[in-house]
Amino acid sequence: MNETTAFQPGILSGLWATARRDLLLAWKRPGDVLNPLFFFAMVCTLFPLAVGPSAEQLEFSGPGVLWVAALLATLLSLNSLFLGDFEDGSLDQLLVSPQPLPVLALGKTLAHWLTSGLPLVFVSPLLAITYRMPWSVVPVMMLTLTLGTISLSLLGSIGAALTVGLHRGTALLSLLILPLAMPVLLLGANTVSLAAGNDIYSTGVWALGAYAVASLSLAPYATAAALRISNE
Amino acid sequence: MWKFFHQLASPPHFYRLAAVFSPWLAAPGIALIAYGAYAGLFLAPMDYQQKDAFRIIYVHVPAAYLSLMAYMILAVSGGIGLIWRIKLAHAVAAAAAPLGAAFTFLALMTGSIWGRPMWGTWWEWGDPRMTSELILLFLYFGYMALRSAIDDTAKADKASAVLALVGVVNVVIVHFSVEWWSSLHQGQTVFKKGTMDADMRIPLFAMLIGFTLLFGSLLLRRVRTEVLFRERRTRWVREMIVSPEGN
Amino acid sequence: MDAFAMNGYGAYVWSCYGLALVVVLFVDWRARLRQKRVYRDIEVRIKALEDH
Repeated sequence: MNETTAFQPGILSGLWATARRDLLLAWKRPGDVLNPLFFFAMVCTLFPLAVGPSAEQLEFSGPGVLWVAALLATLLSLNSLFLGDFEDGSLDQLLVSPQPLPVLALGKTLAHWLTSGLPLVFVSPLLAITYRMPWSVVPVMMLTLTLGTISLSLLGSIGAALTVGLHRGTALLSLLILPLAMPVLLLGANTVSLAAGNDIYSTGVWALGAYAVASLSLAPYATAAALRISNE
Repeated sequence: MWKFFHQLASPPHFYRLAAVFSPWLAAPGIALIAYGAYAGLFLAPMDYQQKDAFRIIYVHVPAAYLSLMAYMILAVSGGIGLIWRIKLAHAVAAAAAPLGAAFTFLALMTGSIWGRPMWGTWWEWGDPRMTSELILLFLYFGYMALRSAIDDTAKADKASAVLALVGVVNVVIVHFSVEWWSSLHQGQTVFKKGTMDADMRIPLFAMLIGFTLLFGSLLLRRVRTEVLFRERRTRWVREMIVSPEGN
Repeated sequence: MDAFAMNGYGAYVWSCYGLALVVVLFVDWRARLRQKRVYRDIEVRIKALEDH
């Protein structure tokens, strides 16, 4: 046996490993992915029903409604980010793993975004049509949703880690994440509105990008700390 | 000198010292508030634009200032407790939260009442500070909710400290993003904080300092209670309570 | 009476100051109440231990 040729895990190998595992799990339970999507679509349906189908109103409120719906759907899916692992003991395994916990947390968050945020982005044009969004605006909307859902998944993982296994954790999770999500919502929805009004919208896009990058670099550490605290 | 700080972190010493300090904060605080209120209500000249309604500033600004300061105290002491594992720091954080929430509520209410004659509406979403203050209230509620949801005190301390630290960053971000948003949708709905007469400024400083001192004494009482509760099974507490009222 | 009317803004101004007073008193009351309760609870518990 030649030890020096044994597999040396790199620092990011844990990331791919956890991400792949979660993606596989999601593949086996498509409901987990589809439910938030249906929720997203339903919320988008509720608004015109409640407020009336006038074309002006729809076009005006479209970006906002889509964004709020995306936010709520993401909140819904965040609850189960660590719950499954908590319940069957895998979370403890993650905690004692020699891989750095932030990396593992990032891997799970990546899988979460791929199974909740990204599908939202792809479904959004269909709903945008129902809100009479002009075709030129749809790419901007998809871009803001992409950047925004990345931030939401990352920030949400902090909240999910803090509330994992708590009684009535869902409601608490929403309460904790909403203040964090508000800037994202603000930036995202209003950037799309600016684009729809043919105004300069690049500021918003840059801000969303910065927010996503900042979340990417900082959230995993907070999530890891929160996981350790919740499970000691 | 360092010995003083070391001692301060020890619960029994803090418990005694805080009791001694508290009146020295409360008395001047109340005096300053009394003066500030009197001067603000009756001595300061009327504002050119807002007439007498501007006098609400003498209550609203201290409340808003305290709402933010309390959150900073919450976050910083939570951080100190988390990093240096000083139990007393966590007690301070736990004690500060309800106080901060109360002053945030006061700031929102007085801001709303002030807004009615000024803007004609009880709530102005377009005002960045009003909206940011509301989100600050949610941050407080989230903090207190998380604390009460976790049974184990040590765990609750650490989890809420993480939350508070994340929240501090968020407070700053929320403020700027709401400002950007507000600038998109309307012009400056915020009061122009121009230069104020000395006559107008002095009561404001008096109120600010007075309220801060009073806040300090309120906080000390809450921290003392918190310490007492957390240390209820220790010997020093038992001895103190049994002894002829060493309260 | 002008002081109370505040040129028509009286209701707003006084309700704000009144609210501030109420909030401060309320917070103070709650803090004292909690302190008293915690103290009492500990006293009771110490007594219970001694009685055994």
